[in-house]
Amino acid sequence: MPSINKIRLEILSNLPVTPNCYRLELAGEGLPAFSPGQFVQLEVPSKYLRRPISVCDCLDGRIVLIYKTVGEGTKILSQLVPGQALEVLAPLGHGFDVELCRHSALLLGGGLGSAPLYLLSKALLTAGRQVNVVLGFNTAADLVLLNEYRDLGIEPVVVTLDGSLGIKGVVTDAPLPACDFFYTCGPLPMMRAVCHKLEGPGQLSMEERMGCGAGYCYGCSIKTAAGAARVCADGPVFRKEDILW
Amino acid sequence: MVKDLSVEFCGIRLKNPVIPASGTFGFGMELADSFDLNVLGGISLKGTTLEPRFGNATPRIAECEAGLLNAVGLQNPGVHALVGEKVPALRAVYGGCIIANISGFAMEEYREACRVADGCEGIDIIELNISCPNVHGGGMAFGTSAAAAAEVTAAVRAVTGKPLVVKLSPNVSDIVAIARACEDAGADGLCLVNTFLGMRIDIKTRRPVLANRTGGLSGPAIFPIALRMVNQVASACRVPVMGCGGVSTASNVIEMMMAGASAVQVGSENLRNPFACKEIVADLPGLMEQLGIEKLSDIIGCVRM
Repeated sequence: MPSINKIRLEILSNLPVTPNCYRLELAGEGLPAFSPGQFVQLEVPSKYLRRPISVCDCLDGRIVLIYKTVGEGTKILSQLVPGQALEVLAPLGHGFDVELCRHSALLLGGGLGSAPLYLLSKALLTAGRQVNVVLGFNTAADLVLLNEYRDLGIEPVVVTLDGSLGIKGVVTDAPLPACDFFYTCGPLPMMRAVCHKLEGPGQLSMEERMGCGAGYCYGCSIKTAAGAARVCADGPVFRKEDILW
Repeated sequence: MVKDLSVEFCGIRLKNPVIPASGTFGFGMELADSFDLNVLGGISLKGTTLEPRFGNATPRIAECEAGLLNAVGLQNPGVHALVGEKVPALRAVYGGCIIANISGFAMEEYREACRVADGCEGIDIIELNISCPNVHGGGMAFGTSAAAAAEVTAAVRAVTGKPLVVKLSPNVSDIVAIARACEDAGADGLCLVNTFLGMRIDIKTRRPVLANRTGGLSGPAIFPIALRMVNQVASACRVPVMGCGGVSTASNVIEMMMAGASAVQVGSENLRNPFACKEIVADLPGLMEQLGIEKLSDIIGCVRM
């Protein structure tokens, strides 16, 4: 099992990017390197358990997390201001494997699933792979990271459920470019549709309520084709064929 | 002056009383690369049954004020994997006290699993888990009646010469009666408490948060109740007691020992902080200095009534 670091980070910014999503940038010494798809366990003041949030971007001594205000914990998080310190456990989980793609990758993100795929895009481009991205949202107001992807030289295909932006429908309704490997992150029904539609090999990132987030409480175990697996430590990224739909 | 943190439990010398509680520290190796486990007085391994178990469906975890509910349901690879793989791997890196936590669903199953554990050289103590609230038809069913607790203790006693510690459920009306029944049936020590049966409902979906409907409550929320039960049992029994339930700080460890615990298990706090036990051990000498304690074992059961 890889070593876990417990680090105090300072909030650089914590701003809304959609009506209910925030972009949180943290900085601090001792920040480890992250593979795309890995996550942190983030302290939330006055809450007992930490919140697992996947890393959207990591730069020199800084990380970017994008989270949705779904409950009390993330609401508290959204009220924190720059200068405040938060403790994280990192890096956690097994992320996406860039080496599984030989030439061209197709990335399919649903909602905030677009966040870890951003760091993956950077890694794939650095490794010299061709990258195509399809992002699905409920509505135009939920759109995140479009400009960030464009800054990488990627023009994502945007799909919205209500048709308010881009193609109307879900990501599998978009014309999907050919690829030799796909990567997906988003709601389970979306990833199921992606894995059923795409015949080639791929990886997906699973989500589950977690306790420790680091593989020793067995609070997030799922059954996979390879046996019982902890989403936090054996995943969150799994191969398509490992998931029992 | 150098503080003496060592304690003796069932004839075993522990370098300090701090032990990660079963189910909150995996099988030890999960954290072996994060810090040197040898700072720990002991490690209680994840609850193990005769046969491998996947456990309950997810969600298995629900957050609460000052604690959490869990309904993992005894996921484990079975006692043969425990003695063949898990314990030898841990023993290779850890020299302290290894506690195997054994659970089951039937008397014969408890006995067979303990017989197998008894044959494993690396195991120092067998912790008989008759208090898991998250499995149906077993676990806690044995721990909520004095007669059943005594019967399973005696059955296991007959197959092991290792120190036998019975982990008690707090979900009972008279924990002292059950503790005494276990002691009379041959237990060398007692560990209390396991989790309190609880429940949460998602008010949006109107469904239980946990797939298992109910789960065990742990964390700081239960500390005062656990402390009271430890004090009652330690006062009434001759065998040593491991205090467990909501312990999160060095101060809580001292308090548990003053209540009568000879060793102290730390559970939920590990889920928030994998370094919790290490930090508690590091904090103890300073706190002992403040309180005028030279030898930690001197304070066991010292609470004045």
